[in-house]
Amino acid sequence: MSDAPKLDDLSRKLLERAAPGRAQFEDLVVVPVFAVIVALILGALTMLATDVDLPTIGRSYVALLQGSVGSLNAISETLTAAAPLVLAGLGLALGFRTGLLNIGAEGQILMGGMAAVIVGFSFPGAPFVLLMPACLIAGALAGAAYASIAGYLRAATGAHEVISTIMLNLISYRLIDYLLRQPWIQKEGRADPISKSVPDSAELPRLLEWIDPNLRVHAGVFLVLIAVLVVYWVLFRSKIGFEFRASGESPDAARYAGIRSGLIIVAAMAAAGALAGLAGANQVLGVLGRATPGFSAGIGFDAIAVALMGRSHPFGVLLAGLLFGALEAGGRQMQVDAGVSIDLIGIIQALIIVFIAAPLLVRAIFPWGFRGSDKAKGPTP
Amino acid sequence: MTISGRHLRAAACATVLVLAMADSASAFTVCQVTDTGGIDDNSFNQTAWQGVLDAQEQLGVEGRFLESQAETDYEANINSLLGGQCGLIVTVGFLLGDATATAAAANPDQKFSIVDFAYDPVVPNIMAQVYATDQAAFLAGYVSAGMTKTDIVGTFGGINIPPVTIFMDGFVAGVNYYNDQKGTNVTVLGWNPETREGLFTNNFDSLDDGRAFAQNLYDEGADIVLPVAGPVGLGSAALADELGIEQLKIIGVDADLYLTDPAKQHVYLTSIVKRMDSTVFQVIEAAMTGTFEGGLIVGTLENGGVGLAPFHDMEALVPDELKSELETVRARVIDGSIEVGN
Repeated sequence: MSDAPKLDDLSRKLLERAAPGRAQFEDLVVVPVFAVIVALILGALTMLATDVDLPTIGRSYVALLQGSVGSLNAISETLTAAAPLVLAGLGLALGFRTGLLNIGAEGQILMGGMAAVIVGFSFPGAPFVLLMPACLIAGALAGAAYASIAGYLRAATGAHEVISTIMLNLISYRLIDYLLRQPWIQKEGRADPISKSVPDSAELPRLLEWIDPNLRVHAGVFLVLIAVLVVYWVLFRSKIGFEFRASGESPDAARYAGIRSGLIIVAAMAAAGALAGLAGANQVLGVLGRATPGFSAGIGFDAIAVALMGRSHPFGVLLAGLLFGALEAGGRQMQVDAGVSIDLIGIIQALIIVFIAAPLLVRAIFPWGFRGSDKAKGPTP
Repeated sequence: MTISGRHLRAAACATVLVLAMADSASAFTVCQVTDTGGIDDNSFNQTAWQGVLDAQEQLGVEGRFLESQAETDYEANINSLLGGQCGLIVTVGFLLGDATATAAAANPDQKFSIVDFAYDPVVPNIMAQVYATDQAAFLAGYVSAGMTKTDIVGTFGGINIPPVTIFMDGFVAGVNYYNDQKGTNVTVLGWNPETREGLFTNNFDSLDDGRAFAQNLYDEGADIVLPVAGPVGLGSAALADELGIEQLKIIGVDADLYLTDPAKQHVYLTSIVKRMDSTVFQVIEAAMTGTFEGGLIVGTLENGGVGLAPFHDMEALVPDELKSELETVRARVIDGSIEVGN
C-alpha cells in the first residue's frame, strides 16, 4: 500500500516531462493565436476609422488570405519573404536565450549579403558546387565577425550590446554606401550605388521555375530548415547550448558553475551574426542577385518581432517567420485587390507584437480561452 | 417560403456574378508599381499615377497600384500583378528597369510600360517613357541665375541615376548660359557635370534629409535650391517656409508643386514639370486601341512632355525683362540653336 503514492508521484513526473503543462501551451500557442485575431480585428477597426467601407474590409482580408496561401504563387511568395526572417530570427532567438538583446541583425544582414556578393562576382568561372557554398560561408563569416565586435565590447568593456549593435547598424549603412561606390564593386556603367551582379553559379537555384518562371521560391528554404534543426540541436542538445541558456537564465550562477561568460557572450553574438549574415546572403543570392543600399529592407528589425513571437524557440521562430512572410505577401494582394494601403499591414504586425509582448492583456480580453490554467496547476487528488 | 428564399438568393448571386463578369470584361485594367516615394509623394509617383486617373475618367479604365516600400519589393510587386488581371503594367522609375525587363522577358504576352528607363535594344512588350528634362531644367537654371541675390544657387539629388542628374545637368547649363550672356558669375553648388559628382541623399523618401541638405546649401550661401528627389524636396520646402522666401526659394520637380503641395505653395519659385501623366495616358490609349508596340516615347519641351510651371505667387517678383528673355531662350532651345546637353 505504501508503494502506491510513490509510483503515482513518479508517473506524474514522467507525464510532465512528456507533455508540458497547459500553462506553457497557453503561452506558446494560445497567446499568439489570440494576438493575431485581436490584431486583425483592430486592423479592421483602423480601416473603418479611415473611411474604408465594410465590403472593402472584407475583400481586403480575403485578399490577405489569397495572397499568402491562396495559390502556388502566393505560397512561393510567402516562403520567399519568410526565409530571411526565419534565418535572422533564429540568430536573435539564440541571443535572447543567452540574455543578449541583439538589435544589430540589420547591420549583420548587410555585411553578410555584401560579402556573399563580393565572393560571388569575384569568381565568375567557379562551378556551382564550390561557389554557392563559398558565398554562403562568406556571408555567415562576415555577419559573425561584425556581430562579434558588439560581443567583444560587451565581454571586455561591459558596453551594452543594445547600444553598440544599434550604432553598428548605422555604421553598416554608410559602409555599404561607400563600398557600393568602389569601382571594383560598382556595376559597370552606373553612377548610383549598385554592385555587380552575381553569376548564375553563385545563385540559390529557384525551385519551381519549371512550372512558371514567375515563381520565386528558391533553395534558401532548405537552408532555413537546416538552420532551424541545427539551432534546435545546439540550444537544447549540445554543451555550448546549455552554457548559452545557463548564462541567459542566470549569469551569476553560470559563472559560479565555471562557465566562461566572456567567451559565451562573444560566441553567442558570433552565432547570431552568422545566422543574420546567412539571411543577407539568402537575399542577395536567392532573390536580388546583387546588392543595393536598401537590400536589408528592415528584415533585421522585423526579425526581432519574429524571435519574440516565436518565444525564442527555433520551431516557434519558424512558425512566426512564416506568419510574417504570409502577412508581407498577402499585404501586396490586399493593396492590389482592395486598394487598401500597404501600411495597414505594418499596423497589424505592430499590433500582433504589442499583444504578444503583453500576455496579460490577451488573457484579460479572452478569459475563457485560458480557463482552468490556475486550477490545472493546483494539486488535484 | 424557404424555396422562394433560396431562389431569391440564387438569383441575387447570379446577378452579382453576371455583373462582375460584365465588369471585368468591359474594364481595361491598368496596374502601376510605384517607386519607394509612395503614390502620394506630391511629385514623381503621384504625377505618373495622375495619368492613370485621367484615363479612368476619360477612357473608363480601371486602375490599381502597388507601392514599393523598399528596393527589394520591385520584383515581388510586379509579380503579384502578373497572371492576366492587368491589361497594362506601368512601372515608375529608373530603379525598376531591371525588374521590369526580367518580368517582360518571362511574360512576353503581358504589356509593360516603364517611366524613366530606355532599353537598348528595344524590348517588344515594353513601351518606355523618357524625358528631355534638361531642356526644362535649363530654363529653370536661367531664371534662377537671374533671380539670385547671393549669386549662389544650389541643387541636390536623390540617387545618382540618369533621370535625376539630367535635371541637374540642365540646371547647371542654364545658369552657365546666363553667365555667358550677362557676364555674371553665378555658381551652382551640389553638382559638377564634368566629374558627375554631387550632393545625393541616397534615398527618395526622407523629408529630414531634404531639410538638412537644403540647410547646408543655404548655409553655403544659396538662396534658390532645386531638390531632385521626389518627396524629399518637401523637407526643403518646409525649411524655406520657416526661413521666408526672401532667404530661400525652392524649385519644384516633376509636378507643379504649387498645385500639389498647397500647404507650402508660396515657397516655390517655379517647377520643372515632367508630364508623366500625359505620356502614361498616351501609353494606356495605345494599349487599349491596339497600337501598343515596344519602343520609346520621349517628352520634350517642344511636344509639351516637359516644361516650366508658371511663377504663380512670385509672378510679380520676376522682372518682366527676365520673362521675355525666357521666352526667347525657350524658343531657341526648341529650335536647337541652344545646345542644352553636354
